[in-house]
Amino acid sequence: MKPAPFAYAKARSLDEAIALTGEADARILAGGQSLVATLNMRLSTPSLLIDINGLPNLSGIARKNGHVEIGALTRHAEAERSNDITQHAPLIALAMPHIGHPAIRNRGTIGGSIAFADPAAELPACLLALGGEVEIAGENGKRTVKADDFFKGLLETALGPRDILTAIRVPAADKNMRVGFAELARRHGDYALAGLAACARADGKGVKDVRLAFFGVGNTPLRAKKSEALLAEGKIEAAVEALDMTPQDDVQATGKTRKHLAGVLLRRVAAQLTEARL
Amino acid sequence: MSHRHIDITLTVNGERITERVDARTTLVDFLRETLSLTGSHVGCEHGVCGACTVRVDGAIVRGCLMLAAQCDGARVETIEGLSDAGEMADLQKAFETRNALQCGFCTPGMLLTAQELLQSNPKASRDEIREHISGNYCRCTGYHAIVDAIESVAQSRGGK
Repeated sequence: MKPAPFAYAKARSLDEAIALTGEADARILAGGQSLVATLNMRLSTPSLLIDINGLPNLSGIARKNGHVEIGALTRHAEAERSNDITQHAPLIALAMPHIGHPAIRNRGTIGGSIAFADPAAELPACLLALGGEVEIAGENGKRTVKADDFFKGLLETALGPRDILTAIRVPAADKNMRVGFAELARRHGDYALAGLAACARADGKGVKDVRLAFFGVGNTPLRAKKSEALLAEGKIEAAVEALDMTPQDDVQATGKTRKHLAGVLLRRVAAQLTEARL
Repeated sequence: MSHRHIDITLTVNGERITERVDARTTLVDFLRETLSLTGSHVGCEHGVCGACTVRVDGAIVRGCLMLAAQCDGARVETIEGLSDAGEMADLQKAFETRNALQCGFCTPGMLLTAQELLQSNPKASRDEIREHISGNYCRCTGYHAIVDAIESVAQSRGGK
């Protein structure tokens, strides 16, 4: 199919982009790797697309005050090739090859992935597992929202209709950070049937401060707090038993299958967390 | 300023082009319908099949997931230009020799994707080749011959 008609505006500044969001049914266009597909299928029919590609200062990766900051317009491929990401945000480095395909990663943006918040997408779960935060610019200036407060519901986030996500920040890895990542998909690059991004602190031979963020098993990326506590006690099977998500059935897999797969992933990631050394 | 129609100036296969495009026209439809460059194919129209793969500013993208309006100032390359330039004549020859195509619908996208891999990773393994072309569907060959063809070029370019 072809998109329904819409108007197009290439924003020249962040302020101009925010001003344009005042028009009815306006949508922000970043990498477009989800949005343009939905336009083609007429699943979304905005009246105006505000193209933010080319806005200055929204792209790039930097280390700031113990954090890694990734500009919203940073392409997946750029993050995938970045030494800063490999060294200081290793969880994101692990996730990157699973995101779509090379041609998608050349165009798709980090900010777009977080803002769209597909429940089966990798990066929202990584942000949640790392306890990161999101920087947002809106009509009333800038604000920061913690990952735990950002994902609200199916494709719903703390972003309002006049907001633009400008960057994400995650804590920079140190020698005690442990990360793990695994996902199961029918074909490489497909959205996950189930996936898990995890972060923990080394504690002697074990781990503490475990954060597990599952994706593809609910309406948002999901923390599994009971399992986190059990994993910190070294009780892997109990952590699997304690998983309490209730995934829906769909054409790809039943909810029961997805929950089983979540347990499989938890065992795999638990091994990564206890074995991984920077 | 926002408009339903956008004036763009870009280079396509080295040629400078200025056109007025409907804002909703995708890049691949612009190439096919306006410029009659029909080597880039339209398959799924939602970024899954890879038949519309083209190069924009040196990197492969889905021609169906980018708007022509976004290509103002861009350098676009398609199978027609890359074929004429002879940049991947060896890859094309290997596809022919190894029977890596049957109907040919996926082939332009497959070639552009393979060429990007071989440029960034000239010694790509079979697993890396499979991973890299995972976003390009072929419904004829079963992929083995395509992997064979790309691997043979990796070996010949690598001087093995």
